Amino acid sequence: MSAPNSKRGSYFLITPMALVFAIFLVIPLLTIVVVSFWDYDEYRILPDFIFENYSYLLGSSVTWQIYLNTFKYAALTWAFTLGIGFTVAYFLAFHVRSLTWQIILFMVCTIPFWTSNIIRMISWIPFLGRNGLLNQALMGTGIIHEPLEFLLFSDFAVVLADVHLYTLFMVVPIFNSMMRIDRSLIEAARDNGASGWATLRHIIVPLSKPGIAIGSIFVITVVMGDFITVRLMSGGQSASVGLQISNEIGLLQYPAAAASAVVLLITVLLIVTALLRLVDIRKEL
Amino acid sequence: MVRTREKRPTAFYILAAFFALFVLFLYGPMLTIFILSFQGENGGLTFPMNGFSFHWFVNLFQQQAVGDFGGSFLRSLKLGAIVMVVTVVVSFMAGLAFRRRFRGDTFVFYLAIASLIVPSILISLGIGLLFNIFQIQPHWYSSGLGAHLTWTFPFGLLIMFAVFNRFDPSFEEAARDLGASNWQTIRHVVLPMVAPSLIGVAMFSFTLSYDEFARTLMTAGSLNTLPLEIYGMTTNVTTPVLYALGTLTTVFSFVIIGLAFGAVLLLRRRKAIG
Repeated sequence: MSAPNSKRGSYFLITPMALVFAIFLVIPLLTIVVVSFWDYDEYRILPDFIFENYSYLLGSSVTWQIYLNTFKYAALTWAFTLGIGFTVAYFLAFHVRSLTWQIILFMVCTIPFWTSNIIRMISWIPFLGRNGLLNQALMGTGIIHEPLEFLLFSDFAVVLADVHLYTLFMVVPIFNSMMRIDRSLIEAARDNGASGWATLRHIIVPLSKPGIAIGSIFVITVVMGDFITVRLMSGGQSASVGLQISNEIGLLQYPAAAASAVVLLITVLLIVTALLRLVDIRKEL
Repeated sequence: MVRTREKRPTAFYILAAFFALFVLFLYGPMLTIFILSFQGENGGLTFPMNGFSFHWFVNLFQQQAVGDFGGSFLRSLKLGAIVMVVTVVVSFMAGLAFRRRFRGDTFVFYLAIASLIVPSILISLGIGLLFNIFQIQPHWYSSGLGAHLTWTFPFGLLIMFAVFNRFDPSFEEAARDLGASNWQTIRHVVLPMVAPSLIGVAMFSFTLSYDEFARTLMTAGSLNTLPLEIYGMTTNVTTPVLYALGTLTTVFSFVIIGLAFGAVLLLRRRKAIG
């Protein structure tokens, strides 16, 4: 048989993608690892083999606080996106009866995803600000007399924006898993006298696990590496690992940024490896 | 069995209300900046509206001191278009390759997954360092393009997986039995069948690139793309011109989504007629 049917054909077809990953993913990550052992002064980075970047990073209590803070953001965002995402997906998959409506409502959820994340963060400012809608409304109804200050530029704002941006990452894979659940299982459960809750707990949740795992991987990795949301929404008052790296880049301390990056990468990979034990991604497509 | 319309359980109404709140949560803030972008000339960043005007939209195109809105918009447009074309072609090829097993297929697959989960700032830093060490000047169309492709390829590949997992190979076999060459089979049988999904890949990759920020940060070179420009504006612009920009780019994103859907519908209709 001619080319495209042979293994050679497959190699030819996969080469462009493999090359791009090699040049713009693998080599850059290796570069980061190498540079994390380099030295630097105010002007340049100097090839070397030192462990100072790591010993400084891991020896500083600031680093541990920043990691703790980042884990806090990740855990809170994960909990909220999972709760909201699961509920929304459950509604769409089991309570909306016609396929047309399922598609329409699903599209309504996904459309904001196609717009700029930064704009979506900015859009909270007129809502949460000191003179924002929420404070105006609360003060108008007399519930509070002073504007609430914690709404914008706070941890609250960071988690709110993260949940706003990333809940879709939970909805899509969980909805996908739920749509594959054989409906006769649910009828069987009902015929045998299972309540709605029992069906949810013993059939739907276990069978939605792959979707939950994929969504969790997405949300946790995105929040672990995020720096824009933290910078914009905390108004520079909080830190995250990503923000620390971005600050070091800004100061041209590349080897220090590289060491932070390596530690972050290892952390993220450990989390993902743990989650991947729950799901075989290739089977889920 | 006679199908009667079942009465909806109470849970339905509770869940429907929850869903409605979720939609409000998604769209509410965007709606506020949309309204506020028509703020009057003396109006501020929050309500109340101080009149109604197009002042801030006009301002956006005049005020070159703040930044280079037009230039960065065009750059993002060009970059998005290049990323789109490359992603569609390369993902389609890779999708075909993965239809049979080859040595290293699992490795390439996990590279794609890795590309998706490695924090974007690491891609930015890595490519930036690489170019720095080899003293290559970064540009949006070289390092920037590469950085964006590491983001769009995984999505493209995963979509192609989903497509080819459900693809019936008997059409191709029929084409081959009728004497079609490999290229003819792909061109006249496979390609028309997967065309709607390829439009999906195209829309996905364009918008992902058009909105990408973190991966562009250290790879765009001296000229900004639109998200970098917007980000710069968030720190030093305190007028509703920021909202005007937000409204414009959002409207633009919606136009792209609309065009993609229109194209898919057109393809479906042509298929139904033909």
